[in-house]
Amino acid sequence: MRRSLLPLALLAVFAFGGPLLYRIDPTAIDLSRTVAAMSRAHPLGTDESGRDVLARLMTGGQVSLIVGLLAGIVALLVGTVVGALATARHRWLSAVTSRLLDAAMAVPAFFILLVTVTLFGGSTTTLVAAIGLTAWMGIARLVRAESLSLRERDYVLAARALGQPPVALFARHLLPHLVPTLVAAASVGVAQAVLTESALSFLGLGIEPPMASWGNMLTGAQQNLSNAPWLAIYPGVLIVLTVLAANAIGERIQPRHRVA
Amino acid sequence: MLRLLGARLFQGLIVLWLVTTATFVLIHAAPGGPAVLADPKLSPVERVAIERQLGIDRPLPVQYLTWQSSMLRGDLGRSFLYQTPILDTVLDRLPNTLLLVVLAVAVALAIALPVGLYVGARPDTAADRLVATVNFTALAIPPFWFGIVALLVVAARWRLLPAGGMMTPGADGSVIDRLRHLILPVTVLAFPISAELIRFIRAAVRGGRAAPHVTPAVARGVGSRGVTRQHVLRNALLPVLTVLGLQVPMLVGGAAVTETVFAWPGMGRLGVEAALGRDYPLVMGIALVVAATVVVANILLDLAYVWADPRVRTAS
Repeated sequence: MRRSLLPLALLAVFAFGGPLLYRIDPTAIDLSRTVAAMSRAHPLGTDESGRDVLARLMTGGQVSLIVGLLAGIVALLVGTVVGALATARHRWLSAVTSRLLDAAMAVPAFFILLVTVTLFGGSTTTLVAAIGLTAWMGIARLVRAESLSLRERDYVLAARALGQPPVALFARHLLPHLVPTLVAAASVGVAQAVLTESALSFLGLGIEPPMASWGNMLTGAQQNLSNAPWLAIYPGVLIVLTVLAANAIGERIQPRHRVA
Repeated sequence: MLRLLGARLFQGLIVLWLVTTATFVLIHAAPGGPAVLADPKLSPVERVAIERQLGIDRPLPVQYLTWQSSMLRGDLGRSFLYQTPILDTVLDRLPNTLLLVVLAVAVALAIALPVGLYVGARPDTAADRLVATVNFTALAIPPFWFGIVALLVVAARWRLLPAGGMMTPGADGSVIDRLRHLILPVTVLAFPISAELIRFIRAAVRGGRAAPHVTPAVARGVGSRGVTRQHVLRNALLPVLTVLGLQVPMLVGGAAVTETVFAWPGMGRLGVEAALGRDYPLVMGIALVVAATVVVANILLDLAYVWADPRVRTAS
């Protein structure tokens, strides 16, 4: 478990620690040196506006990691609450929540995201809220499935017989058992959120330049695909590594619940 | 079976209700409020007329009911960018997206079924581990990046395939030309779907081979292939249908990104363009049409489920 955190930790050190050592302004434009190859001044070259690629990869990584992590947490919280409500003893409450949950699974989240970012703009806050609020359904289903089987256990029945109110029952007797599942699901959620953020920023609907994000770096790279392919390679590889690192944590914690 | 379809239809209605309600809430919570639905290019007088038509001055519940009833009638408003009725504009593009998605699913199945059956019958071998690793990586690759790299290598470097669009401009639009334009986007879209499918088929085959009805077949001397084909395959198809059903919403989202990268004139790219152009009614109209498409796709998958699993037919 601890070892599986290492890759993600290294990426975080790169994104957050890197700029402390490598003090080049990621937004400084130098139109005399656009799309330059590797050099001493710019170890990974410059982009289409002459900005330093390495510095942008670092600050772009901060955006990806923060948005991914926070959106993952939002999805985890909403998913847990909805999943718990769907297993409530209250007949109507659980039936309505369950039906809504099943329907929400079939809602094309990407297009709801499109609507949201057009109306509210692509700030970090909007992205966290929008991605988190469209990604909780899988987690809710897991919580519902696990709670349904857990609550038939004898110790849960005993606690209920002793008059434990439903919320406390869930929090004290079911939730601790759900932790491994939830951590696994959350790490997958983080990976998905990183992918979604990069896709939105790539399309020009997420983080907007001059602020860097791995996604919007790829937008710029697209125009110089044939003469400067490295501009498209670096951010892409970092996205893949981040998603792999996050997925690996989930895989490690509970193989039973792979990405499901 | 009728009950199942009835339940699905009901669920479909909830889906559409969720989408229209979500867009209504978003519109009213947005900075500027519902007034953004009026075309900014209109004169102030026309704007006031439209705002009155939208009923912005009326109480919220009334606005909500008007909103729902106009959606029900298929009246999704007019696009700012194209100045056309939204439903027509979106339905024009729908076939292009369906072509891409259906072909991608077919290709994904063509890859995933044999591979999944093969590794499912050989758990924990080198082949199994290799496929698992490829899958794990495939699911981490952002489709749009895969698209860019494919364009870079196949279209720009090797000049093997066209770089985008549906056909060569000015050409007669022959079948071969169209197929050549389909190869890259379909591959990019099919790649993650097949990875996802392989995982589930593999698990289903593994579980299926341990099922009680398989042991006597093995004892009778039915070979490994025969066991898979006659006793495991049909059961393994069920999770495939389930996974496809769950994947459909994500699939259409993935299609939007793929369409944008490959300049494919589909519904998804239209949505992205509308979003970039702040064409709010069009974005919302697309969200609704996509939701309706997903509902229909899920009902079709249910019918496939009935075909694949006789137990569903006889139940109820």
